[in-house]
Amino acid sequence: MKNEMNLQFSALSQNESFARVTVAAFIAQLDPTMDELTEIKTVVSEVVTNAIIHGYENDPSGIVYIQVTIEDSLIDMTIKDVGLGIADVEEARQPLFTTKPDLERSGMGFTIMENFMDEVEVHSQPGSGTEVRLRKHLKLNKMLCN
Amino acid sequence: MSLNIEMETKHDVLCIRLSGELDHHTADDLREQATAVIEKNNIRHIVLNLEQLSFMDSSGLGVILGRYKQIKQVHGEMVVCAISPAIQRLFDMSGLFKIIKMEPTEEFALQRLGVA
Repeated sequence: MKNEMNLQFSALSQNESFARVTVAAFIAQLDPTMDELTEIKTVVSEVVTNAIIHGYENDPSGIVYIQVTIEDSLIDMTIKDVGLGIADVEEARQPLFTTKPDLERSGMGFTIMENFMDEVEVHSQPGSGTEVRLRKHLKLNKMLCN
Repeated sequence: MSLNIEMETKHDVLCIRLSGELDHHTADDLREQATAVIEKNNIRHIVLNLEQLSFMDSSGLGVILGRYKQIKQVHGEMVVCAISPAIQRLFDMSGLFKIIKMEPTEEFALQRLGVA
């Protein structure tokens, strides 16, 4: 059975924990492992933080959109902003690359997404925003054991 | 859930104990509070106790690396202890263990720096 949820909120840093906890609560119905839940929460935190810091440059009038679809063991998330966009996506995805070293950004966000998810697609255009689509198959060990 | 920061100075070693969640929202507090104490107390080394830290993302890596750079200027060392497997994965991924030491407990970390 397919199940979908949509969430939108102001680009405020205090909403980063709201976003990851809400997505985790939604996918909890698939009975993920603790590791899988931590991976999803970390990835949501990375994408939402990017949208707030880079997409909207901390302008709270910006809105971050999250759509999550679950079907069987597949989690399909799209997180987007309609902010500044990324001029060179390939460069942005390089480990340790950051445009804001002065803000002590580690440049590890995309690397963490790629490590924790099965697929990461980034669509971005300067001036119109960034959309990140992330997919992950849960292991569903418990079902296989029965 | 927010971040709780407990700091204790032992000679030139600053022991930072974190509980809660370290993300972009809470990283600013940690940077400001730790930077102030490092400068005021002439801190050379840092022990970072992550036993009670339930969540961290790349913003946490950034602020930890920032403090490492700060004490590196006075030839100090950073030792992280009681790290969870989930947070250890982030450290491994980023290569931070090449510059930051790891110990199982705060006591071992303090021993390593000669202030236990």
